[in-house]
Amino acid sequence: MAFNSADTAAFKNVWVFCEQRQGVMMPTTFELISEGRKLANELGVELCGILLGDNVDGIAAELGQYGADKVYVYNSPLLKDYTTDGYTKVIVDAVEDIKPEILLFGASNIGRDLAPRCAARLHTGLCADCTHLDIDMPNYKGFLREASTLPEERIEKLGTVMINREPHSVERDLKMTRPAFGGHLMASIICPRFRPAMATVRPGVMKKRECPKNVEILHPAFELNASDIKTEVTETVKAAKKLVDLIGADFIVSVGRGISKDVEKGIALAEELAEVLGGVVGSSRACVDAGWITADHQVGQTGKTVHPKVYVALGISGAIQHKAGMQESECIIAVNKNETAPIFEVADYGIVGDLFKVVPELIESIKAAKAAK
Amino acid sequence: MKILVTVKQVPDTSGKVAVNPDGTLDRASMQTIINPDDLNAVEAALKLKDELGCKVVAFTMGPPPAEGMLRELMAMGVDEGVLITAREFGGSDTYATSQIIAAGIDTYGIDDDDIILAGRQAIDGDTAQVGPQIAEKLHLPQVAYAGEITKNGNELTVKRILEDGYMTIKVKTPCMITCIKELNEPRYLSVGGAFEAYSKPLVTMTYETLKDHPLIDKSTIGLAGSPTNILTSFTPPQKGAGMMLEGAGKETTDKLAGILAAKHII
Repeated sequence: MAFNSADTAAFKNVWVFCEQRQGVMMPTTFELISEGRKLANELGVELCGILLGDNVDGIAAELGQYGADKVYVYNSPLLKDYTTDGYTKVIVDAVEDIKPEILLFGASNIGRDLAPRCAARLHTGLCADCTHLDIDMPNYKGFLREASTLPEERIEKLGTVMINREPHSVERDLKMTRPAFGGHLMASIICPRFRPAMATVRPGVMKKRECPKNVEILHPAFELNASDIKTEVTETVKAAKKLVDLIGADFIVSVGRGISKDVEKGIALAEELAEVLGGVVGSSRACVDAGWITADHQVGQTGKTVHPKVYVALGISGAIQHKAGMQESECIIAVNKNETAPIFEVADYGIVGDLFKVVPELIESIKAAKAAK
Repeated sequence: MKILVTVKQVPDTSGKVAVNPDGTLDRASMQTIINPDDLNAVEAALKLKDELGCKVVAFTMGPPPAEGMLRELMAMGVDEGVLITAREFGGSDTYATSQIIAAGIDTYGIDDDDIILAGRQAIDGDTAQVGPQIAEKLHLPQVAYAGEITKNGNELTVKRILEDGYMTIKVKTPCMITCIKELNEPRYLSVGGAFEAYSKPLVTMTYETLKDHPLIDKSTIGLAGSPTNILTSFTPPQKGAGMMLEGAGKETTDKLAGILAAKHII
């Protein structure tokens, strides 16, 4: 029988695309497995990983540590390097055959190339760059009460929507929440009429949690020929320089346009403060666009989403796109000359002053406070 | 040989953004601009035109005022514009949108030596989905996140940027490439170009034009044909303002460090 994505009752289980590069699992895969576990529990179904590569069985077992019940592994020399064509074919064939109801990808440069192609071929919906996922309605409403300004009566009424003039209960639908319009608005998206419901999930947002399972590794038969792949990967190059690990950092000291007076000194001060705190340097988009710092430092809507213990914003005005990437930090300290800068709206502690004067003093104060412990 | 570029007119979300009380965007009060990544795609097309003398055609889907954007692109050097516009196409999600634009491109005609370029993503939705989905609907190979493109005969070599490095990919025409801002620096429109823009051809494709194309069906376009629906949209609450410390001298930084130490934050 032909595959029909509209036959929603035929689909079961939650799948996570387990992205690996050069045989090493991408950290966001574990975040997705943990999040997928939560969704699978709410639906009362299994959580399965789908892992493509060449000889990648060795990295499949670890997925069980984070809650995977099964991992479908597809090994082939043709899957060693990521190609849109090869990966799309294997994933689409697997979905058509085994029929998962949910399929999650990390919103990496690879996930965001692959997932839309798969969704278009499967004729189903895909929600990009999600920052929150729910099945359970009470949990979803609880999330809205915390994370939205919606009035209680509107939250309470949610449950049934009209889809093409027919009432539809969203009880078992995946509620996919994501920022839109540069973070000015949030939207919860559903895919009510087709399966699998697909989402790419922003790296660094979901929390990795241990949840050991006896994971079953499966090798379903599949077909893939060299002629299926229309592109040729001639080289894969890892950046020579170690990239900044913003997502894993406990302390981030970020610089903004306020360093323009003396860019070199501003960055040096941020580096020194980051070192004293045991953290790394981040930046606003303005500094990246100006060429003062490389893009791997960028925090915000088009950069990385971070939630460190302490986020220090130096000379950052706090455009909504920047706030979208850092406002979940546990403690935010802002230093800015302008007392009306929007960054102070999200700061736990604010100092109005010139960062070139304040930061050296702050470094001394923190050193002294640490020494006194 | 020709180059087809997909472009979108978007609200300028980097400026002042107004939100209605019901949580929707107050588009009427906002400026519209050409989506920034699309300008990089247009620049890449115009560079190839400068080199090879090929024709560049810009495709957009949107309400009739999007014609103004196409004229602007013509002033930069684009040779022809295609505006896909119809009430039936409104409310489309990325799936339905790519279906319609693919039908428009296919109706216009793709030759074996053509290239389709798109911006990586639009700043209103930030999905990055429409480019790859158009490629899928047209059964063309794609390379997303292009940071460098070189052409040698009917083969393109593309540097595809990854978070931790890059891949070099060879692909034959016809194909779809999505472009990132690192690819180039978009040119400005020229005075002579602005003068010529209004004499260049602009094709309008409506529902009538495309309705017999195999990709166009009432069940796969517009709001009713979109696999995804918006359950709710909302504005996030402002986090309560924290403590503004008095002064900016050593006493102030000592006080802050003291609080952080007392709370075991440092």
